[in-house]
Amino acid sequence: MPDVEDYGSFETAWCPGCGNFPLLKAVKEGLAAAGLEPCRVLFVSGIGQAAKAPHYLRANLFNGLHGRALPVATGAKLANPGLTVIAESGDGCMYGEGGNHFLAALRRNIDLTVLVHNNQVYGLTKGQASPTSGAGFVTKAQPAGVWSEPFNPVATAVSLRAGFVARGFSGWGDHLADLIRQAIEHRGISLVDILQPCVSFNKVNTFAWYRERVYDLPGEYDPRDWEKAMKISMEWGERIPLGVVYRGERRAFDDAFTTLSEGPLAGRNTDRDLLERIMDRYA
Amino acid sequence: MRRTIVHSVGDSAFNVLIGGEAGQGLVTVGQLLAKSLVRSGFAVVVTQGYQSRIRGGHNSFSIRFGGGALAAPQEAVNLLVALDQETVRIHGGDIRQDGLVLLGEGLDPGGLASLKVPLRELAEERFSNVVALGAAASLLGLDEEVVVKAMSRTFGGRKAGVAEGNRNALGKAYQWAAAFDLPVESPPAPPLVPLRLMMNGNEAIALGALSAGVRFCAFYPMTPSTTIPLALAGWAGEAGLVVEQAEDEISAVNMAIGASFAGAPSLVATSGGGFALMTEGVSLAGMTETPLVIVIAQRPGPATGLPTRTEQGDLEFVLHAGHGEFPRAILSPGSVEECFQLTRRAFALAEKSQGPVFVLTDQFLADSYRDVKPFDIRSLEPVTAGSPVAGVKVPYERYADAADGVSPRLLPGLTEHLVVADSDEHTRDGHLTEDLDVRRQMVEKRLRKQEILLGEVVPPSLEGAGNPGILLVSWGSVKGAAEEAVSTLRAAGRSAAAMHFSQVWPLAPGQFLEIMRSAERVICVEGNATGQMARLIRRETGFEVREKILRYDGLPITPEYILREIQGGG
Ligand SMILES: Cc1ncc(C[n+]2csc(CCOP(=O)(O)OP(=O)(O)O)c2C)c(N)n1
Ligand code: SF4
Ligand SMILES: [Mg+2]
Repeated sequence: MPDVEDYGSFETAWCPGCGNFPLLKAVKEGLAAAGLEPCRVLFVSGIGQAAKAPHYLRANLFNGLHGRALPVATGAKLANPGLTVIAESGDGCMYGEGGNHFLAALRRNIDLTVLVHNNQVYGLTKGQASPTSGAGFVTKAQPAGVWSEPFNPVATAVSLRAGFVARGFSGWGDHLADLIRQAIEHRGISLVDILQPCVSFNKVNTFAWYRERVYDLPGEYDPRDWEKAMKISMEWGERIPLGVVYRGERRAFDDAFTTLSEGPLAGRNTDRDLLERIMDRYA
Repeated sequence: MRRTIVHSVGDSAFNVLIGGEAGQGLVTVGQLLAKSLVRSGFAVVVTQGYQSRIRGGHNSFSIRFGGGALAAPQEAVNLLVALDQETVRIHGGDIRQDGLVLLGEGLDPGGLASLKVPLRELAEERFSNVVALGAAASLLGLDEEVVVKAMSRTFGGRKAGVAEGNRNALGKAYQWAAAFDLPVESPPAPPLVPLRLMMNGNEAIALGALSAGVRFCAFYPMTPSTTIPLALAGWAGEAGLVVEQAEDEISAVNMAIGASFAGAPSLVATSGGGFALMTEGVSLAGMTETPLVIVIAQRPGPATGLPTRTEQGDLEFVLHAGHGEFPRAILSPGSVEECFQLTRRAFALAEKSQGPVFVLTDQFLADSYRDVKPFDIRSLEPVTAGSPVAGVKVPYERYADAADGVSPRLLPGLTEHLVVADSDEHTRDGHLTEDLDVRRQMVEKRLRKQEILLGEVVPPSLEGAGNPGILLVSWGSVKGAAEEAVSTLRAAGRSAAAMHFSQVWPLAPGQFLEIMRSAERVICVEGNATGQMARLIRRETGFEVREKILRYDGLPITPEYILREIQGGG
């Protein structure tokens, strides 16, 4: 069994006190709890402060373009269904630049784990509004405050009946590690939207702000009840629910390709009789 | 409205043009007639012209056929099969003096020599297109059994009544047409040749990809590229491929990069507008050193342009697409065989150079059915994704330094080693860095791979001898037209040669510059408005191609078009 140490520890480029530190620790703990060897895991990230996270642990990694973690993760998973593929990036990357891919991945219900560092701001580009910034959030780019309604990733995922939809908080490390473990173990798409305070650019949604509001979904809450999940997913503001909001029953997209039951697409033999038969159809 | 018709070698070839509305089954009739011709031993070149709509509008399917080898379309029409009045109006001017219009009894041939088919007398209206097929095939002297066999393949699966109705309609049409002759004889059936295939450019690309070992294709539908992924999707179950319609082209290219990174030889296919969305992915493949084959079937731009017509307007775009500097190769097939061969080559080059390789075609070639000698498909080797794990240095580094710039490429999850790739500038082990010395080394490492591509450039072909009076230079789908124009000029006693580029990047001037310098006149023949290839040759060699024959009205370049331009230009 691998333990947390197997995932290594590295120097980071994050600001002291950033919510990314406990988040990274929870990711490693979740991986270890899921019993995964680093070489069986592929992280795919985009660009942003969050997207650097997988550089700070030991695993396979494809650090792609801003917004494009999910398509790369989808391609890699379809090429090698034996890999545990985790797409990890920020709220801007996943919900803004990659918004169309986010919707498509939820609809496909492909077996990916999606970890979103939701700091409600663009960290790397120094503090512009993100799709999840609250209305009225003032930045240099939005001096009069954000006009748009914030995007609600959890409600969107529930509405599309995604496989596994959860919200975590980087201030609740053990709770988050356990959500990540469950997300990895779920067959189908699993979203963990993670509230991650940005101490440099988000002076509104601080650790204290979140701590005052978050609460754990009670034991009797049944995440299989879609209508209740829809309702809970809309709760935001005075109280913010954490935990598994929804669990769907849909089959994973990768199961739709019978050829994937034969393992990875790499290194397969070409059936030359078949090639000839296909060519002969043009005679 | 009659155009001057310059007869080329085409006098030994015969051109049938079938015209009608979309939804009249015209493509089916055209495919069946073309297939029957190929099965009877003829060479064919099909040109499809259609509009961006599903019903109505004017569509055409022209089949040029002959006993010898053919590689170019022809404007002059010998037999016009008009399924609607619009066909007579649009194509009447293209009919040769000794040509004929075959049309339904209700249509007006507008004074042209014609033969009216009593459609209603011969069959129910829903079988009209089969009657037209039978009448045309009979006039062309095709054996009825050959047509019946081709038809049974196409309609075989339909309800019994339909297959029977089609068969009867064909028989009636043959009986009726037996009493008539064409004004001039169509070419005699050639002696029996070994079996040939009938295939268009897109089908040949798909089959080439399959034989090269493609395992993954993602796409977003865009004419005229879509039939490539559709062919692959049709084979996916039996051949073990994954084909996925992505939410957009940005996703398609990124999916393909992810799949390729994880070990599946991967392809995307699109046209100019879709490729515009893919350009960040081209750059990503360059930076992460991920093999990727990108097929672009060009259509006229800018923007949505003419969605179903042809053009060669994206050479410079494809050459420069993607930010930053990294190696690439661009192959530009000139025939359906080359679509097959060069797609295979693209997979091999992509794997070898660990980066993006392009196959650049256009609507004309994509949709142009030709007779094709069967490929020796059994003996052709597929690519192997990734490098052997034996011998890699430990700890494994994805971007380990290498004399030729090519680092061993392990596949994630298939060994004990960790594979780390990054779109940021990265260290040898794939982690992001802002160390500027490392940056310089990595730029140089990536660019060293251009030498590998340079060592494998497909040399331009030359038809005719050196020191020609006229040298026609072409690339991509113009090959056949340029070569046929040259042989017509030579038959008329003029000194001419044709040089064709089946690869437009990188260029190896040693392969062609002397020949260009030896010609009296060098004329670039291109399907665009500004002479992009001429400009590229000048940029790379300093040699200025002074004359250009350009076409940008959405139609393919024909031998007649080239000859008219040469004569017009003196
Ligand atoms: C195509 C493209 N557009 C813009 C950028 C610049 N950019 C880098 S990260 C980023 C936003 C990051 O925000 P988020 O994804 O929330 O990550 P965070 O830094 O907050 O963790 C932007 C706009 C880019 N790298 N690529
Ligand atoms: S900018 Fe914000 S999110 Fe980024 S490291 Fe600093 S505190 Fe964390
Ligand atoms: Mg953010």
